[in-house]
Amino acid sequence: MVNATGVGYDLVVVGTSWGGLAALRTLVAGLPKTFNMAVTLVQHRHKDSDHLLRTLLQERSALEVCEVEDKMPLQHGKIYVAPPDYHTLVERGHFSLSTEAPVRYSRPSIDVTFFSAADSYGHRTVGIVLTGANGDGSEGLRRISDRGGMALIQDPATAESPLMPTSAVRAVPRARVMPIGDLVKFVSVLPAGAPERDEQ
Amino acid sequence: MAVPVTGGESLAGPPFDYAADLERIEIELLLEGVYRHYGFDFRSYAYASIRRRLWKRVEGEGLRTISDLQARILHDAEAMERLLLDLSVNVTAMFRDPSFYREFRERVIPLLRTYPFIRIWHAGCSTGEEVFSMAILLEEEGLYDRARLYATDINDVVLQRAKQGIFPLDRMQEYTDNYIKAGGTKSFSEYYTAKYDGALFSPSLTRNVVFSQHNLVTDRSFSEFHVIFCRNVLIYFDKKLQNRVHTLFYDSLVTFGMLALGSKESLKFSQYEPCYEKLSATEKLYRKVH
Repeated sequence: MVNATGVGYDLVVVGTSWGGLAALRTLVAGLPKTFNMAVTLVQHRHKDSDHLLRTLLQERSALEVCEVEDKMPLQHGKIYVAPPDYHTLVERGHFSLSTEAPVRYSRPSIDVTFFSAADSYGHRTVGIVLTGANGDGSEGLRRISDRGGMALIQDPATAESPLMPTSAVRAVPRARVMPIGDLVKFVSVLPAGAPERDEQ
Repeated sequence: MAVPVTGGESLAGPPFDYAADLERIEIELLLEGVYRHYGFDFRSYAYASIRRRLWKRVEGEGLRTISDLQARILHDAEAMERLLLDLSVNVTAMFRDPSFYREFRERVIPLLRTYPFIRIWHAGCSTGEEVFSMAILLEEEGLYDRARLYATDINDVVLQRAKQGIFPLDRMQEYTDNYIKAGGTKSFSEYYTAKYDGALFSPSLTRNVVFSQHNLVTDRSFSEFHVIFCRNVLIYFDKKLQNRVHTLFYDSLVTFGMLALGSKESLKFSQYEPCYEKLSATEKLYRKVH
């Protein structure tokens, strides 16, 4: 499974809110040690939340899980967690953070991360919308799809909270929709692209 | 949040590269024009964030493309003012990251007590939330009367707002929670008077504050400081510019002076890491040692 240009994928961005912890734990547990893309997770959470999410995911993952800091390089084979109370933006080769106003009451906003991922990595991006109780992520997923990237959505019928995936399905009708288990298997065998040079 | 795509999707071949590259050209031209005509240098700002803000202004002006915005900005100084606000206002809070202020009380205040006079620089103070928080903290620690706080920002409009000391009343509950978690020793409501939908903070909190316009990108150091706060400002700069501003901070700190960064910022990705030691395991508080 290769995208239109025949090049593999470099970046996976995942958005979720309510019910996200269990889904994310399943996702990271299913990615093999050899998985060769950068994975960025955006989970809505309280502004004062600590490193617990990172710890809980690291317990399950064969890959290194880190919380994003400003200008942290994006590396293949690592999992990055968006910190609370900032927007996480993807630049070519690294992250930038922002304290611009919350978008739809959310900071981090899934849309903000997805838009920046689509603009920086284009068709080499995989966007995934999982369980959640609002419509964040839909427009961002459409942007990823419009720019030639891969759009994946957790089957709303199997999601703990169907609102976010339902909204994404409506926004991106051509996205692939599947239960979390199949979704993880699908992602784990996608072809990876060449490493990205970090730009200024 | 509907950020329009810069055309080009209907072209044959991969639309992404074409659209993104054209957009980059438009953005670079606009920033170059702003610099040459108005003197504000945003050319080394972090790209993803400035792109987002420019598109918001395109929408706000009812325009279609970044190039349209360029024309408007260059011919209409008021449009430039509006863009400047978009580019310099960040949404922050009093006592943002309460654990940071608690750590500051514990680790930095004892060191500051050893100085007869303390100069503090709030670089990129925006609407002043952090300045007022620090004034309160210093007051409670009995250090305010030997301190001078220099609050600077690139944007004179936000400085005027900061000077007024009026913050939205509906955020006082959140700020009170933060204040308590930050180790505040009084009742937070003693510091302000409710007026309409604003909370007017006591003017005595700014008796030792100097507000002035300063551009981190183009201006030089203006004094030697014991503490420099620059929290969540450098995140908007690219790595090259971050390093340049770190040079400015390094040159502006006394030996053993302290640098406070935002909780998700790090010296790790800058060339100045060896010049500082960490004062805290959990917060981004550094001390200049070399």
